[in-house]
Amino acid sequence: MKYRKTAGGITFTVFNHLIMILFALICLMPIWHTLCASFSMPYDLGRSSGLLLWPAGGFTTEGYALVLNNKSVWTGYLNTIINVSLGTLLGVLLTFIAAYVLSRKNLLFGSVLIFLIMFTMWFDGGLIPRFMVIRGLGMLDTRAALILPTVMSTFNFIIMRTALSEVPDGLVESATIDGAGHLTIMFRIIMPVTKATLAVIALYYAVGIWNSWFPASIYLSKNRALRPLQLVLRDILINADTSSINVPSDAASATDLYRPLVQYTTIVIATAPILAVYPFIQKYFVAGVMLGSIKG
Amino acid sequence: MKQNILRRDLRRNGTLYLILLPVLAFYIIFHYFPMFGVVMAFERFNPTRGFIGSDWVGFKWFEQFFGSYYFSRLLKNTLLLSLKDILIGFPAPIILALLLNELKSRRFKKTIQTISYMPYFISVVVMSKLIIEFFSSTGAVTQLFTLFGMSPTNMLGDNRYFQSIFVGTNLWQYCGFNSIIYLAAISGVDPELYDASIVDGANRWQQTLHVTLPGISTTIIILLIMRLGSLFSVGYEKIILLYSPAVYETADTISSFVYRSGLKEANYSYAAAVNLFNSLMNFILLISFNALSRKLTERSLF
Repeated sequence: MKYRKTAGGITFTVFNHLIMILFALICLMPIWHTLCASFSMPYDLGRSSGLLLWPAGGFTTEGYALVLNNKSVWTGYLNTIINVSLGTLLGVLLTFIAAYVLSRKNLLFGSVLIFLIMFTMWFDGGLIPRFMVIRGLGMLDTRAALILPTVMSTFNFIIMRTALSEVPDGLVESATIDGAGHLTIMFRIIMPVTKATLAVIALYYAVGIWNSWFPASIYLSKNRALRPLQLVLRDILINADTSSINVPSDAASATDLYRPLVQYTTIVIATAPILAVYPFIQKYFVAGVMLGSIKG
Repeated sequence: MKQNILRRDLRRNGTLYLILLPVLAFYIIFHYFPMFGVVMAFERFNPTRGFIGSDWVGFKWFEQFFGSYYFSRLLKNTLLLSLKDILIGFPAPIILALLLNELKSRRFKKTIQTISYMPYFISVVVMSKLIIEFFSSTGAVTQLFTLFGMSPTNMLGDNRYFQSIFVGTNLWQYCGFNSIIYLAAISGVDPELYDASIVDGANRWQQTLHVTLPGISTTIIILLIMRLGSLFSVGYEKIILLYSPAVYETADTISSFVYRSGLKEANYSYAAAVNLFNSLMNFILLISFNALSRKLTERSLF
C-alpha cells in the first residue's frame, strides 16, 4: 500500500508490529503451556501454578507412556477415524447429489424442494424431539446415530449449489445430446470441474465430525465401545475421570497425583494431528469462508 | 391439464427425483420428523406412546415456563451472553484485519495469520479444559489478575466472571479466523481509490477511515445483521462443559436448560416447550433481520 512517510506513520508501523507479535503470542501461549505441561514431572506439575514456559520439574515422557497405553484413547481415535471417513464420504455424496438435482432448471418441484430444505435452517424441531425420533427409530447405541442425523448440512448444500450454478449449461447440454445419463454427467463432467468446492465441503464435514462429542454423549448410553475421541476426552478432561489409565503405583493418591499430567498429555495426543495439518490446508478453509459469504 | 404437466415432469425428470430420494429421506427423517415432534410440547409425552398417542395438555408447559422464575433468568442470560459476544467479538476481527492490512511484509503477515487461525482448530472439549485450567485458582489467567489485586479464586465458579470468561475465550478462539472475510473484503477495494486519496494528501489513518472502511462497510453491515439475527441461538456445548450449579445464576441459558431439564431430568414435554419457544424467537428474529438486510443492503441470506 502506498502512503506518505511521516513520523506518525513510522511510529504506527513499529507499534503495529509489536501488537501483532503480542497477539500471536497470546494465541500461542496456551498451546505452548499445554505442550510443556505434557512433558512435566507429575508431582511438580500438580504443584505448579501460572503459565509454564518450560516443563515443570524437568523433561519426562512419562505422561505419554501412560496415555499411549490407554486403550480407551485408541478406541476413541479409531471410532473417530471411522466416523470421519464414513460421514464425510456420505455427506459429500448427498450434498453433491442434492446440489446437482436441484440446480436443474426444468424441475416442476425444484423450487418447492429447495424451500423445504432451506426452511430447516430457520426453524428447528429441537433437541428433545430429535432425540425422541432417533430413539423411536431404534438408533440409540448405534454408529448410525452418530453419522446419519447430521450427515448433510444445508449450509454446505447452498455452497455446493452455488458452485454448480456456475458450471456452463452448454457442458451439460452437449453431454445430454451425446446420450450421457445423469450419473455420467454428475460424476464424469460436473465432479471434475467442481472439485475445489467439493474439497472445501469435505473438509467442513471432516472437521465437524472430528470435533463432535455431544450427539455421542446422548445417543450412546450403553455402548461404550463406539465412543468417539472427543467423548473420551470429555470424560478424561472435564469429568476428571482418569480411572481408565493405569498409574505406575498402587497408592490411593497416585491417580490424583498423575491426573493433571495425564490430562495434558491426552490433550496433546488428541490435538497434535489437527494442529500439524491445518497450516497446509488452511487455504481450503479460507476458500470456504469466501464461498459461504456468497449469497446463498 | 394439471395431471398432464405432472406426468410430463415425472417422465422427463423421474430419474432425477429418484436420485434425490436419499436426500429427501434425510430431511424428512432427521428434520421434518423432529419438526412434527414439537407437538410433544403440548402433550404429556410418554416415550412408549409416542408423538401421536400421548395425552394432550394444551399450553400447560408454556404457562408453567412463563410463570417460573427460570423464564426471566434464562432469557436474560441468553440475550446478555449473545450481546456481550457481539460487542466484544464482532469488532475485534475487523480491527485485526485492518491492522494486518497495514503490514508490508507478506511473510510476516502470513505468519501472524496462520498463527491466529490456530485456536479455531481446537475442539470445544479441549478448549473447555484449557479454560478450566487457566481460570482455576492456580491458573495462568487468575495469576495474572492477582497481580492487579484480585484474590486467587476459581473464576469459573464465580457469577461475577462466568460471562466474561465465556465471551473472552470465544474472542481468543474465533478472532483470527473471523478476520478472513474482512481481509478478503479489504483486498477487493479498488486500488485506484488509494492512489486518488494520496493525491488528495491523505495519510494512512485517513485512508483507513475514508477508503478502506467505507469499502468494506457492506460486508460489515451484512455480517452484523446476520449475527443479530442469531441473538437467541447461544450454543449449549461450551456452556454445559463449563458451568456448575454455583453459576447457574449467570451461566444457564435457554439451550443449556433445555438439555438439562429434558435429557438429564427427563422432563421431556416441558423442555420441548421451552425449546419450541426458543426456536420460534429464533425464527422471528432471523426473518426480521433478514428483511432488514434486504432493505438496507439489497442483499440477504435468503
